[in-house]
Amino acid sequence: MNKKVSIYRKEHFNAAHRLHNSAWDEEKNYAVFGKCNNPNYHGHNYEMDIKITGEPGADTGFVIDLKFLSDLVKENVLEKLDHKNLNLDVPEFAHLNPTVENIAIVIYNILRSKIEEKLDLQIRLYETPKNFAEYPAS
Amino acid sequence: MLFLTRIEHFNAAHKLYNPEWSKEKNEMVFGKCANENWHGHNYELHVTVKGKVAADTGFVINVKILSKLINEFVLEKLDHKNLNMDVDFMKEKMCSTENLAIEIWKQLFFRLPEGVQLHCIKLYETPRIFVEYFGD
Repeated sequence: MNKKVSIYRKEHFNAAHRLHNSAWDEEKNYAVFGKCNNPNYHGHNYEMDIKITGEPGADTGFVIDLKFLSDLVKENVLEKLDHKNLNLDVPEFAHLNPTVENIAIVIYNILRSKIEEKLDLQIRLYETPKNFAEYPAS
Repeated sequence: MLFLTRIEHFNAAHKLYNPEWSKEKNEMVFGKCANENWHGHNYELHVTVKGKVAADTGFVINVKILSKLINEFVLEKLDHKNLNMDVDFMKEKMCSTENLAIEIWKQLFFRLPEGVQLHCIKLYETPRIFVEYFGD
């Protein structure tokens, strides 16, 4: 019998960014990214669901210790992204467009190596209440 | 009298930074919000007007007119912008949620049709922080 359970931790951060492809001219950037290309940046309140899936441990009843997960996210993700300019302050986006898709992938990659391999990880990242991305796609 | 509220949203970058203070003092007072490279928010704006319900239309205000006013004089100026750099009515002002609500009030209150008064500007900076301004 499958005893896998998914457990979630919600977090939030806010940041400035702009969508820009330096290989394109100004006109094409504006045509593709519209208002999101504003050279002076704009920003969002990002909301994040971190989903961990696995079997609850026989000894603890936990899939993962949520305090451990909370500290991990705070130290490795929120410290890096919160109240930052994603394009200027976060090295991962020096050559990567900080779309909600790419931010979700970056967060996943940071956390994946720090969470036991037997546990599945999925990131759902809201850029606005209406727009969100999930990685890996299920 | 009846209150009518329209809810809108916009997103923008800003920073809290007083140019008359040192970097150290700005960081002490404003913390992470003083980041020189900006940060940003999804703002949610509630515009509440009050008036009598007209007998012929059943409206306090035609919401299409209210929507157009907010779009033209508030959202066009703020959405996907840098509040410190791009917005004429925030020039030389501290870009706090408090000041932004006051300036949004100033943009709208004299543009409303006769018989309709602006009652409240409620502005959310995050889902957990908002201000309300009633014009006094």
